[in-house]
Amino acid sequence: MDTTPPPFFNRGPAPLVRLTFFGLLAVLLMVLDARFQYTEPLRQVIALVAYPLQQAALAPVRVARATFDYFTSKSALEREIDELRARHLQVAKDLVTLEALAAENAQLRRLMEAREKWQRKSTLAEILYAGRDPFARRVVIDKGSSHGVRPGLAVIDELGVVGQVTRVHPMLSEVTLITDKNQAIPVQVVRNGLRAVAFGSGDGETLDLRFMAANADVQNGDLLVTSGIDGTYPQGLPVARVARIERDAAYVFAKISLVPAAGTDRYRHVLVLSQDSLLPPPPPEAETDKDRPSKMKRPRVRRDA
Amino acid sequence: MSVQFDNRSQRILRPVKPGFIAVTILVALVLNMLPWRNIAGIPDWVALALVFWCVREPRRIGIGLAWLLGIVMDAANSALFGQHALAYSALAFASIALSRRMLWFPLWPQAVHVLVLLLASQLLMLAVRLFTGAAFPGFLYFAGSVIAAALWPLVTIVLLIPQTLPDSMDENRPI
Repeated sequence: MDTTPPPFFNRGPAPLVRLTFFGLLAVLLMVLDARFQYTEPLRQVIALVAYPLQQAALAPVRVARATFDYFTSKSALEREIDELRARHLQVAKDLVTLEALAAENAQLRRLMEAREKWQRKSTLAEILYAGRDPFARRVVIDKGSSHGVRPGLAVIDELGVVGQVTRVHPMLSEVTLITDKNQAIPVQVVRNGLRAVAFGSGDGETLDLRFMAANADVQNGDLLVTSGIDGTYPQGLPVARVARIERDAAYVFAKISLVPAAGTDRYRHVLVLSQDSLLPPPPPEAETDKDRPSKMKRPRVRRDA
Repeated sequence: MSVQFDNRSQRILRPVKPGFIAVTILVALVLNMLPWRNIAGIPDWVALALVFWCVREPRRIGIGLAWLLGIVMDAANSALFGQHALAYSALAFASIALSRRMLWFPLWPQAVHVLVLLLASQLLMLAVRLFTGAAFPGFLYFAGSVIAAALWPLVTIVLLIPQTLPDSMDENRPI
């Protein structure tokens, strides 16, 4: 005998069953994303579906910006032109010197048969909006893989490093700011060449210089620039200035707070530095592996003897 | 007969049009994608719309749709993939479970129910992100839920307009 209820009572699985199913599916996705980064293709597809919605949401903002720009008063524009002219003059003077220096540098490098380290090209991009994820510091810019942006490129503004491209969509890409907690950037103190790694502190405004010995030669106001040894950031871009140092004898490391040089939350336009590293490729893994055991073996032999 | 937005009212609402539900959810998605620049206290419009329709139409809107909306939000926000999906699924489940109870209260006590639901879903997301190593974003993170709950009476009145408008007004008819 048929004991199944008539179809108009049939409402599918119970809510708790559905919750368990979808909850487990979500947890699975989170594990795949956080641990293995397997979800990128799926994310790309869904982001493509959401793209028209995002454009619809951005349209009124674009119109408002355009209207605001159009109605900017004449005096404000004149003032801006005057300021820009003055800056241009200043920069022009620097540029002439820089060109001479660059030529001289190139000649010296030729003499030393050293190769140019970087070949730089840059793409101007506009910041569309800040990511709505309150746990991370990210902004979305209007240039994507179709404009030649690739993950890992450095992003700067006129004052210094803003961040790094971390995810690329066809028309947009995401830039993780240097103030993000998980974003590390290798730096160098300009005053004495000391190398270190700066991390975002998580509060969204400052960075920390971690793992610096308590007696490290770092002073308030020191300028930190990219050291360039990571092969990601070009050398010599301003990153941050030391704002506060706490040296406590109870801890091995000093607590050093930095204020970013770039206006990570202020500007609308940024430059994406697309560069092809001309550094020689890193030595193959096998060689370093061969070196290490020989170093490790020596103390062991000594201990046996 | 005055319009009341709970089950104690004698007035019978007209059936909801599925197209209207779809439009409100799309509008909520667009609202969520507006460039808010991380201002604290901006409500999660999708979560609010989801709670509303789960409470009002638990037989049409369910956990599956909540999960899908969560995935879209994750992709659009570049959050941890699955974070919103998990939170919205739990939110939909709790809203459906509470729907029969909530509608017997007036609008403001309903808003208190909504506040608890939204805060719980935010706590779930916070726990997941802290577990994966993110920094605590500060207590202002929860301000959005408080404002969303405060908007609940207004949202209810606005979203029920199509169902409360009669074709022809008659004082003696319950529709």
